[in-house]
Amino acid sequence: MTPAMIPSLRARDYLSDVKPIWCPGCGHFGVLSALTKALAYLERPKHEIALVSGIGCSSRLPAYLDCYGFHGLHGRALPLATGLKTARPDLTVIATGGDGDGFSIGGNHFLHACRRDIDLCYIVMDNAVYGMTKGQASPTTPPDWTQSALTPHGTGIPAFRPAAIALASGASFIARGFSGDPHGLSELIARAILHPGFAFVHVLSPCRTYRPDDQSSWKQAVHPFGEHLLSATEAPANATQGSTPALRIQDDGLGLGILHEVPRGPISTNATLGASPDHAAALDAIEAELEA
Amino acid sequence: MVWLSGDQQSITVAISGSGGSGALTAGFILLAAAQRCGLYGLMMRSAGPQVRGGESVSILRLGPSPVTNIGDRVDLLAALDWRNIERFHDELALDNSSLVLHDSSAGAVPDSILASAAAQRETDFSRHAAEHSGGRANMIAVGVLGGEIGLPRQALSDAAETLLGKKSAATVEAAKACIATGYRGTVAQGETRAEGAALAQRETATPALSASPRRWRLSGNAAAGLGALRAEVGFVAAYPITPASEMLEWLAPRLERTGGTLLQAEDELAAVNMLVGASFGGVPALTATSGPGLSLMTEGIGLAIASETPILVVDVARGGPSTGLPTKSEQADLNQALYGLHGDAPHLVLAPLDVGDCAYSVEWASRLAERLQTAAILLSDQALGQTHAVIDPPPRCPPVLGRKRIHAASGQDSAQHTEQPSAPDSPAQTSTHTPADSIARTHGATQTSTFMRYAPSADGISPMPAPGEPGYTYTAEGLAHNAKGTPSSSAADHREQLGKLAHKLKAHDYGDGWARIDRGRDQSAPATISLLTWGSSWGAVQEAAHRLRDQGLQVQAIGLRLLAPLQQEALRAAIEGTRVLVIEVNAGAQLFRYLNAERALPLSARSFARPGPLPLRPFEVIAQLQDQLNLSPRAQDSGSKHSHKISHKISREPAATASQKGAR
Repeated sequence: MTPAMIPSLRARDYLSDVKPIWCPGCGHFGVLSALTKALAYLERPKHEIALVSGIGCSSRLPAYLDCYGFHGLHGRALPLATGLKTARPDLTVIATGGDGDGFSIGGNHFLHACRRDIDLCYIVMDNAVYGMTKGQASPTTPPDWTQSALTPHGTGIPAFRPAAIALASGASFIARGFSGDPHGLSELIARAILHPGFAFVHVLSPCRTYRPDDQSSWKQAVHPFGEHLLSATEAPANATQGSTPALRIQDDGLGLGILHEVPRGPISTNATLGASPDHAAALDAIEAELEA
Repeated sequence: MVWLSGDQQSITVAISGSGGSGALTAGFILLAAAQRCGLYGLMMRSAGPQVRGGESVSILRLGPSPVTNIGDRVDLLAALDWRNIERFHDELALDNSSLVLHDSSAGAVPDSILASAAAQRETDFSRHAAEHSGGRANMIAVGVLGGEIGLPRQALSDAAETLLGKKSAATVEAAKACIATGYRGTVAQGETRAEGAALAQRETATPALSASPRRWRLSGNAAAGLGALRAEVGFVAAYPITPASEMLEWLAPRLERTGGTLLQAEDELAAVNMLVGASFGGVPALTATSGPGLSLMTEGIGLAIASETPILVVDVARGGPSTGLPTKSEQADLNQALYGLHGDAPHLVLAPLDVGDCAYSVEWASRLAERLQTAAILLSDQALGQTHAVIDPPPRCPPVLGRKRIHAASGQDSAQHTEQPSAPDSPAQTSTHTPADSIARTHGATQTSTFMRYAPSADGISPMPAPGEPGYTYTAEGLAHNAKGTPSSSAADHREQLGKLAHKLKAHDYGDGWARIDRGRDQSAPATISLLTWGSSWGAVQEAAHRLRDQGLQVQAIGLRLLAPLQQEALRAAIEGTRVLVIEVNAGAQLFRYLNAERALPLSARSFARPGPLPLRPFEVIAQLQDQLNLSPRAQDSGSKHSHKISHKISREPAATASQKGAR
């Protein structure tokens, strides 16, 4: 298909006719908007895009786009997306979800997707709370947050540091955006989609319902990455002490932009799909070997 | 040892030794030699849990007609040493007509062997091996056993060369020299016996047996892998687990050759979800695991069912529960395969019946899953997966239509009726002259897709486009959904979609593949007794039925290949008027209970269920039949429809009474 044949699509053309279930003021609206802008900017045909998600408020997103999509299991968006991209390297595969889905129940897959470095874009809408199950602490919730009936004294566990863990696990692209800045976020998402490996976009996406007090300040607090680096004494307890990269120790979690980018293609696997050898001939040869 | 003389139709040979002694290699060489002579055979291996250095036993049964189980007993044991031999006491099944050849330097014969009353012969395995540079006792044993069995020496040498081919030339030469020494030793000793001359002749003679030009030697795991290739599976993701890993290792290089790919996943949760993703992409996908892995995969299997995304999960079962018996077999995952999912989740459950049938069953299961857009669980087990056999090439599965597409490829059907997307004929598209008009039409669309992915249809199967097809964008959904795929918690949508999931499985015509029914030479012969089983127990049950028929009983063996959906009517017709014994290797009588829950059995049906890990032997089935149905050939002579009716009628009485009366 030549570009001349492609009438350009506007961002809103990527929306489906399903109305989001999100609460008024939810940060995820900004992410949806940024994502459609990025897709329109990249001129990706709708049928060549697949959005894969798990379970949670943010995981509802695929149904709101008029692309191919899969609303799968809680925590399993990344393996599903990995299987899809491996089987169909021609597609643009984007995984989306929340902090509980991606870092708690799906934490192991997050580590290994970073390692595997398959050409996926993974957008995590982090609001540091389980919204769909009505307000429990998530892996990115501060240890002293006492608003959940499930953990009335707070979790007491230092918050998960997604960007640092992605870096340590081998992700080749790490960015952070803010849902209150859809324009900046759409650029980050577009860059992530273009990155030829595993591209992790950590999005600060406030929950107006369960974290209204803590997260309303994000709009003022976010800043370009590289400013407001933490000193060693300010770094959280679980930061990797004594290491040099700013991301590991000095990231305050509010710095926006591309935090890390390795300009290399994905590590090749034994993937040979698309080579389309003569299946029948190959099968005959394999069967003949069983006689020996 | 008299090989295949008189009424003995096969010989069972065992080789035991501690880790590194090469008991398994010796077994493989004997099996390969038998293949070269046109014999059938199988080799079961039994090992402890050690990764390296553990003792192991290979048990081979060879014969001129197909061999599907290891038989009742071991005729001949070659013990390279005695280390931990007592651990294999049950597997070895020696008796007073067995012969034990033990290494002269191995020390005193253990009590467990003495207790069997088997004849013993001290043999110089290790001393003869030392005569050759690089010689090994297991190769002397190959020669000795080959001579005892009566395999031509050349076949043994050739087999060793093939199997040891990757080792150094010196190793291969040493092996061949040892085989020759062992072989001559047997023949020399044999000359003192009546059959000695015959054995000597076999050293050079080509076997008189009809050599099949196409006889295969492979494990059940390899056969299962072959079935995947035959089904055109293009994606495999899996996490290593015993005893399924060999299927994956067999597949990995061969899948590449057929254009597919394999990913090693971080865990089973990932593996099954990777399958769902690949299959959503339009590529048939499969994984192999064992019980613990199947437990982890069950949520993902449910997703495949709910989202109507075809996948196949091969469970090479081992003993359970929990970590259980990783290296040994049991048919105890049936309940989990049938009932392990939450919610109403109709799906396919199949089981291969022998090593070769692993190819047939995997191909069929994959094609059925593709056609019916559902999950299939295939229950192989260690006894099938890790048994190597010489078999006739297994047949291909019956034809099954492929995945129902929007646009038919040649030779495939397409949707009879689908909700077509609105065709937006904007000026931009009508002015283009692309042959791929649908692409332009969709790409330019500002309208959103109205494609009804989960639309009800007569056969319950909705067309399934793959991503990349313009105009049919949809979101596959694990939540309850409506016909379009939009999440819906309405009672009407739930009812409609659940009904569709069940209907498509029920409405499909599975043909004759649901079971194997063996009534002997005359398949139309009447049967008065049914031995009903599934999976790896089939071989022993089939042989038991054969022997019972030789005794004059009218016995049929039935092996269920398709366990769910149960083919009720076909099964009822097959067992009608017969007395039924349901046979399986698990403690909980899982098949028996399932068939009773489905009301597929007469009330008089009896169960023979015992736990693993020992493979089923034909004599056990015969003994159980006689015991539970109180049958002897004499009793059966007077057997008639009438007597069965009596047994059915009185079946509510305690089992012993009922069977006594039934046999009267």
